[in-house]
Amino acid sequence: MIEFHLDTRSGVAPYLQLIHQVRHALRLDLLREGEQLPTVKEVSAALAINPNTVLKAYRELEYQQLVAARPGRGTFVTGTLDGPLLAAQEPLRRELVRWLGKARRSGLDEESIEALFLATFRSTASSEEDIA
Amino acid sequence: MIWLTWRQFRVQAVVTAAILAVFGVLLLVTGPSLGGVYRTSGFAACHSGCAQLAGNFLAQIGVPHYHLVYLFGAVLIIVLPAIIGLFWGAPLLARELEAGTFRLAWNQSVTRERWLAVKLGVLGLASMAAAGLLSLILGWWASPIDRAAGLGSVGGYENRFFPVVFGTRGIAPLGYAAFAFVLGVLIGLLIRRTVPAMAVTLGLIAAVQIAFPLVVRPHLITPVRHSITITASAIQGMGVSGPGPDAQLRTVFAGTVNTPGAWVYSDATVTASGSPDLGTVPAACQNIGPNGSFQPCQQALAARNFQQQLVYQPASRYWTFQALEFGIYLTVAIVLAWASFWLLRRRLS
Amino acid sequence: MTALHASGLGKRYRQRWALSDCSLQIPAGRVAGLVGPNGAGKSTLLNLAVGLLAPDAGTVTVLDGQPGSGPAQLAKVGFVAQDTPVYAGLSVADHLRLGGHLNPGWDAAYAQRRIEHLSLDPAQKAGKLSGGQKAQLALTLALAKRPRLLILDEPVASLDPLARREFLSDLMAAVAEHEVSVILSSHLVSDLERVCDYLVVLAASRVQIAGDVDALIASHHRLIGPRRDPATLPSDQLVIQGSHTDRQSTLIVQTRHPVLDPAWTVEQLNLEDLVLAYMSQAANGHDRARPVLEVQR
Repeated sequence: MIEFHLDTRSGVAPYLQLIHQVRHALRLDLLREGEQLPTVKEVSAALAINPNTVLKAYRELEYQQLVAARPGRGTFVTGTLDGPLLAAQEPLRRELVRWLGKARRSGLDEESIEALFLATFRSTASSEEDIA
Repeated sequence: MIWLTWRQFRVQAVVTAAILAVFGVLLLVTGPSLGGVYRTSGFAACHSGCAQLAGNFLAQIGVPHYHLVYLFGAVLIIVLPAIIGLFWGAPLLARELEAGTFRLAWNQSVTRERWLAVKLGVLGLASMAAAGLLSLILGWWASPIDRAAGLGSVGGYENRFFPVVFGTRGIAPLGYAAFAFVLGVLIGLLIRRTVPAMAVTLGLIAAVQIAFPLVVRPHLITPVRHSITITASAIQGMGVSGPGPDAQLRTVFAGTVNTPGAWVYSDATVTASGSPDLGTVPAACQNIGPNGSFQPCQQALAARNFQQQLVYQPASRYWTFQALEFGIYLTVAIVLAWASFWLLRRRLS
Repeated sequence: MTALHASGLGKRYRQRWALSDCSLQIPAGRVAGLVGPNGAGKSTLLNLAVGLLAPDAGTVTVLDGQPGSGPAQLAKVGFVAQDTPVYAGLSVADHLRLGGHLNPGWDAAYAQRRIEHLSLDPAQKAGKLSGGQKAQLALTLALAKRPRLLILDEPVASLDPLARREFLSDLMAAVAEHEVSVILSSHLVSDLERVCDYLVVLAASRVQIAGDVDALIASHHRLIGPRRDPATLPSDQLVIQGSHTDRQSTLIVQTRHPVLDPAWTVEQLNLEDLVLAYMSQAANGHDRARPVLEVQR
């Protein structure tokens, strides 16, 4: 069973942290189809967080069709994150390595590369959100 | 609620019960021997004209241990209201307010009015029961003494109207206990700190206990005024303001009027018109030598038509006084209790 | 159903208003945090809500009832007061018995389980418990009466970090188990940010802002850019706090819409930044007759 943790300094909303942790565990095969997630009460008590936050995270995971709630029994993993997603990762990674080489050759240092990546990542993420 | 009242009160209850028990045992141990003296003195069997036997009986129990028990009982009943006010009443609310526990107590599913009602009710009745029990056993133990002292006080045993005795017999102590308890509760609610509340409660109870017999009790019922014209043969002596021909006559001794067990306010000589100004000493009464006759003086005093005026409460009014005193204290206690409820609802925290 | 509804609520101690013109609607089913500096009126508001104080102005209803108005209302609301008072001379078991005798809805089995879970000795006098244990005992009393709303006044202020965590963890477990609404106060945002999904900022005896935490976070931004007069901002952007150097402006704004102006670097605020912005606004006396903002999900 997965054990959650919370980083209050990260600035990421707690429910998103829970979602990320489930997705991460699925990717790393730490959590498999049919396995049960801890109950809302267990997570609330363990992390001293609001049960509504846990519920919100679980609902979101349900919406992503990764888990399903079975009334009276708990929440169980129903989906996986491998397959097409995993297959798509490798070419993307290769492209990114090429891009990083180009950036270094242009004279950018590590810090500048990171800033450029994050700024671009954020601006495209928010504009896509607006479109959606 | 009754459980909580008991749980928070049991230390005081046990201490008070222990004091009462020790005292009760003391009375039970000495009671029979006191009864023995009562019978052997002949006073127990006497039904009329017993003043002499009563005097003898009181003289016989003048030995220290009876008198000590008698005084100890009186002192215990006198301080009982103070103890109740101090240790039962004052902390009842003050301790809750001081420690903040009222926030715990008044957020259970019981309104604070009911909380106070149960506490006041249970502990108020317990106060009255304690005082009543003490009064009852002391009254039983001292009944021969009280009967004898009613015929004339001897050797420190006083008439039951005497302030110290009056407040330790009958139903008056129940009223004192109820009053002292509720007073303590109210002071605690006003001051909100236990120790100062106890101090103020003690001061107020002492003041009331001293002032009431002196200032209020004599005026509860209009006393009886009884006047007898002083005849020559009754005159036994006189009191004057000083030596010399200009001396003023103060009083004329003409024997006592027999009012057994009465509360005598004054027994004085007045003129026919009721004035205490008796004028100068008659010439016939001046310079009576050791062998001179007192008769001309008696005649001269009788000629002025002096009256012996007795102001008193007859013995038959004793229980009326007891009931009045109990009623007054209980009424005040009820008013104070009402004020506590009112404040509890209004002044909150 | 609202957990707490205040309208124009005020409380005065002699001449000073400890709470004034407080209008607030906290929905039921939430864990609402009441945050503000010491002396802001948090305790006053909570004591009004449980009926230990009577208002001098306005009205307050709790779960649609008059606070402290009768046994039924008292049974609906559990209260853990500041400094978690318990009877020093009574044992832990006595406290449970007290709860049992004074509350018709008392859940004795739950209370017993909690005492065992906390490994408290039932025979121990409450006066000898540590601060954390006292708080846990007070919480047990408040929870075992099975209230629909739990009001806690600075419950963790005097606790060490471990006790604080354990207390909040137990509180959250109880919320998950019994679906009880909670209103709790603290002068530290960090105590509240994990547990609250609704936030009320109280400062200078007034409500500065109240709303759903996620909605508050989503609607507040830090804008950093070239120096600019806040008056030239779009009308839907409300400046909460601003600081300016000769070249740069840093603004904290509240807006329902995305900030599209490319001149600004837009940053997310965390809860603490947001609360501090409102507190400093209150402290600087920026009282511009701004209607109290209610942000709902």
